[in-house]
Amino acid sequence: MSEYTADEMMSIAAARALGEGMSCFVGIGLPSTAANLARRTHAPNLTLIYESGCLGAKPTRLPLSIGDGELADTADAVVSVPEVFNYWLQPGRIDVGFLGAAQLDKFGNINTTVIGSDYHDPKVRLPGAGGAPEIAASCKEVFIVLRQSPRAFVDKVDFITSFGHGTGKGDREKLGLRGAGPTLVVTDLGLMRPDPETAELTLTEVHPGIEVEQVIAATGWKLKVAADLKITPAPTDEELTLLRSLKKAGE
Amino acid sequence: MATVLSLGEAVAELVHDGDTVALEGFTHLIPVEAGHEIIRQGRKNLTLVRMTPDIVYDQLIGAGCASKLIFSWGGNPGVGSLHRFRDAVQHSWPVPLEIEEHSHAGMANRYVAGASGLPFAVLRGYTGTDLPAQTDTIKPITCPFTGEQLTAVPALNPDVTIVHAQRADRAGNVQIWGIAGVQKEAVLAAKRSLVTVEEVVDELEPKPGALVLPTWAVTAVAEVPGGAKPSYAAGYYERDNSAYQAWDLIGRDRDEFTKWLNELTGVKA
Repeated sequence: MSEYTADEMMSIAAARALGEGMSCFVGIGLPSTAANLARRTHAPNLTLIYESGCLGAKPTRLPLSIGDGELADTADAVVSVPEVFNYWLQPGRIDVGFLGAAQLDKFGNINTTVIGSDYHDPKVRLPGAGGAPEIAASCKEVFIVLRQSPRAFVDKVDFITSFGHGTGKGDREKLGLRGAGPTLVVTDLGLMRPDPETAELTLTEVHPGIEVEQVIAATGWKLKVAADLKITPAPTDEELTLLRSLKKAGE
Repeated sequence: MATVLSLGEAVAELVHDGDTVALEGFTHLIPVEAGHEIIRQGRKNLTLVRMTPDIVYDQLIGAGCASKLIFSWGGNPGVGSLHRFRDAVQHSWPVPLEIEEHSHAGMANRYVAGASGLPFAVLRGYTGTDLPAQTDTIKPITCPFTGEQLTAVPALNPDVTIVHAQRADRAGNVQIWGIAGVQKEAVLAAKRSLVTVEEVVDELEPKPGALVLPTWAVTAVAEVPGGAKPSYAAGYYERDNSAYQAWDLIGRDRDEFTKWLNELTGVKA
């Protein structure tokens, strides 16, 4: 087996989560890398949807932004932004929303707005919501990918930009949200899934060579570990080769 | 009917201090040169509107043109944060910046309502998020037919919308192709509009899927070749990704930014 980095393991684990034939609303950065890798490996018929209005994009290299010309040139259709959100996302036609986050809490709520408790006097002003609140609300399920650290994985997010499971199981139903919300979080250390009883994110897999203590230390809440904790299969040579060529073509 | 003007004339005529101004463009066809002309002409107290304020909004904010920003995602796409925007929000430099913050779906629907001549739009959005508590223009509404709780957002009707497009003919009909984002809605929602174009041609050659804004829906057209750089214009030039990366270093530092600004406006250091 080839050597690989923690980031490569993360992208590959995230790509594997996307099933063949699914439709995926793709955020830029790590989600886009994973979705494009999935199309090149086990899911050639994955439909990629970007909020710039590109439906069924088949980029030959990694796009640098959601409005990259490569996405429009290779798409089945390019539609307006109101159409993407109103006709395609809002009615729940899309299987998976694939999002990143600046802060994520133990119930999968996402913050990309401000760090600090005062919205008007933030410690750090982040880019804001973009398409994420409605992606998190309306896709059938949501996958989240981000690097794990106690700063990013917090007990409670400073600001709920995109709703996950709120304060626990049943909150989404109470609010009338139609999608299942976050069902998977992929990091550079392992995978987390909401506990079926409480919806609290629980460590269900660690990547090869990662100790559970390491993941607990990189999490800002008292992380629960699944009884049947699994080890992620290491990247195959094919996955690594394709990921690296994809990254190289994007440079 | 649209008048064909120079960029300087068009901005002087259409953009006034205190106006609500939308310069739209979704990564593609961003009217960067028009933004620079607003800076050169020294407009103040603008309410800037855009779904995805990127580096030209960072420049307008850093130059002190704006007192308010209405937006849904403010960043340097593919690079990181907008530092002039951050500095204005966190430290009121060079002037305080009020923000009115939405999601993309909310903003898109606000333009749709504006273009449709309606007072508000309805969407299934924002539920469970902290945004409604911070933004007065997000309100719950009950569906009169089903009783479902939905969200209402008011129409956006900018005083002036500026977009960039590939071509116009001499009569001022505008043709756009590729990613057209929310530009049509933003133009139709506005009281006045300016479209900067790569070229003015005698006749618009039909393009499959192209969007045409008829001359009677546009106030002014200005020929500005390269007017979207460093963003891109499909069929004309590609995005200059290195310029977006380079902006990160200029935008990070007030002195570096001031040097950049002085060069743009021709002020001697």
